[in-house]
Amino acid sequence: MATAVSTARLSRAAVRVNLDRLIRIVIRDRYLYLMMLPPALYFLVFAYIPMYGLTLAFKDFDISKGIMGSPWVGLKYFEEFFRNPYSYKLIYNTIMLRIWHLAFGFPAPIVLALLLNEIRRDWFKRVVQTASYLPHFISLVVVCSMVVSFLSSDGILNQLVKALGGKPQPWLQLPQYFRPIWLISGIWQDAGWASVIYLAALTAISPELYEAAVVDGANRWQRIRHITIPGIMPTVTIMFLLRVGQLLAVDFQKVLLLYTPTTYETADILGTYIYRRGIIGADFSFATAVGLFQALVGLVFIIGSNWLAKKLGQAGLW
Amino acid sequence: MAIYDKSLGSRLFDLMLTVLMLGIIFVTLFPFYYILIVSLSNGNAVLRGEVKLWPVQFTLDTYKLVLSDPNVPRSLMNSLLYTSVGTAINLIMTALCAYPLARPRFSGRTFFTWMVTLTMFFSGGLIPLYLLVLQLGLIDTIWAIVLPVAINPWNMFLMRTFFQGIHESIYEAALLDGASELQILWRIVLPLSMPIFATLLLFYAVANWNDFFNALIFLNTASKFPIQLHLRNVVIMGRFDQTNELAGGSGFVIIEQTLRAYPNLAFVDRR
Repeated sequence: MATAVSTARLSRAAVRVNLDRLIRIVIRDRYLYLMMLPPALYFLVFAYIPMYGLTLAFKDFDISKGIMGSPWVGLKYFEEFFRNPYSYKLIYNTIMLRIWHLAFGFPAPIVLALLLNEIRRDWFKRVVQTASYLPHFISLVVVCSMVVSFLSSDGILNQLVKALGGKPQPWLQLPQYFRPIWLISGIWQDAGWASVIYLAALTAISPELYEAAVVDGANRWQRIRHITIPGIMPTVTIMFLLRVGQLLAVDFQKVLLLYTPTTYETADILGTYIYRRGIIGADFSFATAVGLFQALVGLVFIIGSNWLAKKLGQAGLW
Repeated sequence: MAIYDKSLGSRLFDLMLTVLMLGIIFVTLFPFYYILIVSLSNGNAVLRGEVKLWPVQFTLDTYKLVLSDPNVPRSLMNSLLYTSVGTAINLIMTALCAYPLARPRFSGRTFFTWMVTLTMFFSGGLIPLYLLVLQLGLIDTIWAIVLPVAINPWNMFLMRTFFQGIHESIYEAALLDGASELQILWRIVLPLSMPIFATLLLFYAVANWNDFFNALIFLNTASKFPIQLHLRNVVIMGRFDQTNELAGGSGFVIIEQTLRAYPNLAFVDRR
């Protein structure tokens, strides 16, 4: 009994000491907390309140009652989404764009970096690099405007096709061409900029390895194959897993600029569908449910790919 | 690479590499050049497909037309406004966030670092953000464009890493001399951090200038549209008009972005 009382008293004293210490630390760090206040408010309002807003997916949104006051409806909107066969089309299209990107868009900057690394004249290497960075800084709207212009019925592509004796096509209105157009314009815009990270990894490879290889009589291809490529493999693995982690997080803004109702069959993805149903159609609860599904799958894949990265002995993202 | 290999195979490889790289430069730069020559050519010549490598029937008509549309200077001014105000907010907020998180002795460091990191992996998404902006009454104002994107976590962590690279002894010396954290940030860290500020200025300004989506969902009044949205409405959304056979893609840096948007309108007017 006596010990219990004294323990309680002791722990109360300990709490008081801890509280005193805490207050002293906060007073000491007052300016740091003051600085942190606007950013913390920003994240609270524009990141955490919208996360709370996801509860909308389980409610019937009534704008007069707000998100909090709207009545709960359970999984109604998820059922609606999963019962609709079109939803699977959307998921398929989203994943297909990611797979096309992983198969072609992902290796492009790696190949570019390997090639740049083989250029002997530094000035020439710099010229190629600078040129390849340029499109990255051009806005999406302008890039898509150029795509639209080049692929229009009188555009340069159709002129070329005609000159070669082919039949002009309305490229952007045919579903079978949407993915290649999306992919190639993406490579054109981003491969140069994306190669920077691989070039950085290449500079970290010790020159002694190459010198030793030359002494051992390795030819150029053998040096690329056995020194350069293994040297950037860790970076490649990490970047690959990062992309896999973004399976459903395909950037829909570009799709929004390039697709048309005639190409929805291959081009309509979750992001564009959420935009049409939610913002255009004001079907807020349903669109939020689709968004939540997308975000949750995204989270699972990010965590999964990070786990895999560590399993493979690479540094994870966290 | 410092090692020179004089074998035939290696030289052949160099030759092929040079040709390939010239090809890459051509493919990268030709679209820009093509947009430029189309903008300087007679519209009918473009329609007949005569423009290939040089401007045909050189004319500045397109540019005159573009500049005579009041929407163009207005949307350019809007873009300039959104970009400058937005980028200023970006840099101030990012620095305010990055500095405390870079200080090892900051007691709230772990908590706030997690608060930021979580937002990089999970977000409320489009609709809840839209409804929030709606309920805050920011729709159709500049604040809807600049506030929701005030801090980019990736950029913030870049700046934090830079701050952490400044040697701890500098902070300690300043604290010993009686400087507050505010004074340290303002008088010591900022002057030392101009490289990262320049980098982030570029990243943020390019992102703000290029944005069309926030403007698309948050702005209703056409006179408030930034240039990117205006461009999208004219060039991309206008593309299935029968009048849009010329399909002006629009090019190049800032001013040409606007200037080239208008062959479409030229055609609308002519018919």
